[in-house]
Amino acid sequence: MKIDNPIGVELRGAAKTYRNAGTVVHAVRGIDVSIERGETVALLGPNGAGKSTTIDMVLGLISPDSGAVSLLGGPPKEAVARGMVGTMLQSGALIRDVTPRELIAMMAALHPHPLDVDEALKLAGITEVAGRRTQKLSGGQAQRVRFALALVPDPPVLILDEPTVGMDVEARRAFWLSVRAFAARGKTIIFATHYLEEADAYADRAVLMAHGRIVADGPTSEIRARVGTRTIRATLPDADLTALAALPGVTTADRRGEAIVLICTDSDAAIRALVETYPDARDMEIASAGLEDAFIELTGDRDEATAAEGREALV
Amino acid sequence: MRAFAYTRFELVRTFRNRRLLAFSLGFPLILFFIIAAPNRNEHNFNGSGISIPLYYMVGLVAFGAMSALISSGARIATERTDGWTRQLRVTPLKTTAYFRAKVVTGYAMAGATIVVLYGSGIALGVSLGAGRWLEMTGLILVALVPFAALGILLGHLLTADSIGPAIGGLVSLLALVSGTWFPLGSHGFLHDIAQFLPSYWLVQASHVSLGGHAWTAGGWIVVAAWTVVLAILARFAYLRDTARV
Repeated sequence: MKIDNPIGVELRGAAKTYRNAGTVVHAVRGIDVSIERGETVALLGPNGAGKSTTIDMVLGLISPDSGAVSLLGGPPKEAVARGMVGTMLQSGALIRDVTPRELIAMMAALHPHPLDVDEALKLAGITEVAGRRTQKLSGGQAQRVRFALALVPDPPVLILDEPTVGMDVEARRAFWLSVRAFAARGKTIIFATHYLEEADAYADRAVLMAHGRIVADGPTSEIRARVGTRTIRATLPDADLTALAALPGVTTADRRGEAIVLICTDSDAAIRALVETYPDARDMEIASAGLEDAFIELTGDRDEATAAEGREALV
Repeated sequence: MRAFAYTRFELVRTFRNRRLLAFSLGFPLILFFIIAAPNRNEHNFNGSGISIPLYYMVGLVAFGAMSALISSGARIATERTDGWTRQLRVTPLKTTAYFRAKVVTGYAMAGATIVVLYGSGIALGVSLGAGRWLEMTGLILVALVPFAALGILLGHLLTADSIGPAIGGLVSLLALVSGTWFPLGSHGFLHDIAQFLPSYWLVQASHVSLGGHAWTAGGWIVVAAWTVVLAILARFAYLRDTARV
């Protein structure tokens, strides 16, 4: 393994198509990505965008139909066999009849230079439940056990596929703190998510995928600016939609029963104008636009099925 | 030892599951006492020359050990469903080491069944020379090899919710046609079919008590052939499964 090679992960024209019972799914349609060592990169996109297939190719779980994938300068399987990768995959239940400590200790024993088991338990925040049987853990705790399984090899590359699924807000926050602590050790981290907020807050760079293609790749602040529309929602029964749409920072106005929904490019200006013009507006909420809206904006894709898929992914 | 870390883990995990242990060991044990205890003084079961306690001791060892080997491999189905095999595939653990853990665990469970039933057999008057005990045990362990491969094959063909009924049905059927419940004699339709099954030779291990060789050359060939065929099929099933992800 050449340590001087600065490239952590590289995909060149990587494509993967699944054929199953007559249906053809172009999961990944030829993507080029190069990730340097030490970078934290979010792979962002709705379900069906090709994130998991991309991750499977990077890990060597599947081979691309065409194109090339390298991990730490060589074939992914080689890096995996050398214990250079920690992985948190999307999956069902944890293996039963063991304690988290035994599970982590076993994983440590499979790797050449693991972390101390106690340290991995602590980093993942599962020290208190380390002696319980895995089948008695909550969903969030099980997810953190999976995180410890990814950390304990002390790998140069950490790959997390939708790691916060099933975690509540508090668990999510604690989880990302641990990831940051790990990133600070100079690790290369790639995580897939469909939450723009997570990419924005925890990655240096985001790679946006839709329909198996990369639609944007850059610093998260840049991505945020490109897709960062927000919506304002307020209860306001008698307002005129045309007048609302004319407020500063608002692009479109819509009505949902008693409530109005404003799509904004500048939500700060819009909310000030709204409060000033309509003092009786109440139950006001500002939210980031869903990622599916961002994709429609970026790709110009108004395909209904895709949009529906995206919405589903965000529920 | 890195290579055996996973085997150790698997053994701990399996022997800690009390319910699994109680059913795997308890079921053959209870059946043995129900069938053999009232007939403990029958020394020539159906003209076979073998005592009823010895016959059913080996018959139920066959039943229990066969279940143990198949079940251990077939648990791969559950681990595939849970995503555990995928997780292991992104570690340095070799596939062979994973399968070895399953086979060793299956044999450990089979060994526990053998110990429990031999003890029970001795309690009901089974008596053999040390050489005969060893020979019989050796034949049983050899006859179990194809079932280790069968377990791994089924683990890749079945789904988590179908392994229970599939294994229950398969083991019951194999036990029935292989002479676990009654001697098949030396001719007839059932006997002719059974000769081609490794489970038949498993049960035949009790014939060591008659002197001479318990297995014919045909027995060795049947066991070897099934081992090779099932191992090849298991390999195909594994490759098909990992290619699809």
